Amino acid sequence: MQFGIMSVSDVTRDPVSGRTPSEAERIDALVRIAVKAEEVGLDVVAVGEHHNPPFVSSSPTTLLAHIAALTKRVILSTSTTLITTNDPVRIAEEYAMLQHLAKGRMDLMLGRGNTAPVYPWFGQDIRQGLPLALENYNLLHRLWREDVVDWEGRYRTPLQGFTSTPRPLDGVAPFVWHGSIRTPEIAEQAAFYGDGFFANHIFWPKEHYQRLIAFYRQRFEHYGHGTQKEAIVGLGGQAFLAKNSQDAKNAFRPYFDNAPVYGNGPSMEDFMAQTPLSVGSPQEVIDKTLTFREHFGDYQRQLFLVDHAGLPVETVLEQLELLGGEVVPVLRTELEARREEGVAEAPTHAARVREVYGDGPVRQPRPNANRGDNVTGGSPYQDSEVAA
Amino acid sequence: MTDPRILRLAVVSAGVSDPSSTGLLADRASERFVALAAETGDRVVVDRVELKGVLPELPAALGSQLLGPRLTAVAEILAAADAVVVATPVYKAGPSALLTGVLQVLDDDVLVGTPVLLAATAGTPRHALVIDDQLRGLFAYLRAATTPTGLFASGDDWQDPALAGRVDRAARELLALARSEVREAMRGAAGRGAGYASRFGSAANGVAVDLDSDLMRLATGGALPPRG
Repeated sequence: MQFGIMSVSDVTRDPVSGRTPSEAERIDALVRIAVKAEEVGLDVVAVGEHHNPPFVSSSPTTLLAHIAALTKRVILSTSTTLITTNDPVRIAEEYAMLQHLAKGRMDLMLGRGNTAPVYPWFGQDIRQGLPLALENYNLLHRLWREDVVDWEGRYRTPLQGFTSTPRPLDGVAPFVWHGSIRTPEIAEQAAFYGDGFFANHIFWPKEHYQRLIAFYRQRFEHYGHGTQKEAIVGLGGQAFLAKNSQDAKNAFRPYFDNAPVYGNGPSMEDFMAQTPLSVGSPQEVIDKTLTFREHFGDYQRQLFLVDHAGLPVETVLEQLELLGGEVVPVLRTELEARREEGVAEAPTHAARVREVYGDGPVRQPRPNANRGDNVTGGSPYQDSEVAA
Repeated sequence: MTDPRILRLAVVSAGVSDPSSTGLLADRASERFVALAAETGDRVVVDRVELKGVLPELPAALGSQLLGPRLTAVAEILAAADAVVVATPVYKAGPSALLTGVLQVLDDDVLVGTPVLLAATAGTPRHALVIDDQLRGLFAYLRAATTPTGLFASGDDWQDPALAGRVDRAARELLALARSEVREAMRGAAGRGAGYASRFGSAANGVAVDLDSDLMRLATGGALPPRG
């Protein structure tokens, strides 16, 4: 089981101080938060992707590569990478490069994004959002697994003899989570490929997420990737902690009430009662988080949203101390004790390499010499089976 | 003669006073519906919904799409109904924002094919066209099977015996639509009408998933068919 944090990377006015951080300050804060997450023993740091203010994370692989250089252990991920407006060829290249630089300490979560105007900025049509996501991923999946790809689809120019470089580290594609709340096609695609499925688990009652996770588990088994228990499920969640419950509620309330997404809507108490949000003492957050397993079954990754809605970076760092110091160690022990037999391990690069090669040699592709035409052609690597 | 059956009737009132003339009009339609059904031995289970009960949850739902337990219960009642009576007061020459607000936060497919009798009350007969001019458009969007007769009552109508005649006509139409199983026919055998917008996990659709679609084939490594 992996525990971590996911950021939307919003730059939001602090409703208590009235101060809005600069983009430079927020980018620095994201890096500090990520480094701190590793320090306090968390396993995963995920950042979002947005292409409009008030967000700063337009280039997640650049940010994550920098974090990779400052850390040793934590897995870098995204929440989410836009599979709609990014060319799958660029995703294949950029994330493979990140995978090499991070020595395999990375994966990614694909999502469609929720900002309609982004689509035309990247030459796409939001009305085609879902088929675009599905088609793009079909291509991305091949680009990481086949050295030479011929491809034709509806939404991008055809590829002839295309090789995405660098090839994935150790010949093993980055692990992919498909994020969705209510779209069975996305869950179906995750199940078809045996990929992970992630429910953001922030805004709505658990029933919304239970249905789609159950569907994903059934379809994962249907496609022969393993039992339903072996399906790979990740969940979001949202917590704000203080040593005692009332301090947590008092401190978080102005941020909740003014939060960009649900501010001026439900009361914090209603939201806590009806959604996964927990605001309280470490024990309260532990208790609530343990209910997730009861609702969704044993799962592999828990990401908390801790740095949004204008919370100052110092507060977020304190939150991480409490999360890593008092909450996650208890959750690890408790969930380990409750874990059923036959549940999948959380995905790591090392485990995936073992799965592919066992103790055998790991592929390290070496390109053939450039033939002068700058076209890779049919046999770009020295170990390719097809003769040059 | 078909076998007697049990019909579920949801009676939804957006009236806010107690007693309210809107609720009263809805009840008269409901009682007539039950009596007419009984003539052929059909039994009716009535779910009475006072929308004012969801008022505390409505602002949050409008602002954040978070449906509280009361709104969720309303969605479930509507989704399970074989027929619905909807009654609203008229304010400022339009239906109550309580009714339109609730319908705006529920899933689009909650009433697809469901027979609905539209009723409205007002302080003056000059609002009589609110049903036909405003409510019908909303329920057309929801793909509900509305009765041809709408039921309108202003102050004077309560003293006019003709109101009972209109109540009878509207209730008969609603019963005829419910018995015709228009909803089942529109939604199709799997409970998902071909082509009607429907979301996974909605109260009306449940967790039925159509695996035989172009998108599902694309999701599983296939290609979209050529543009037609």
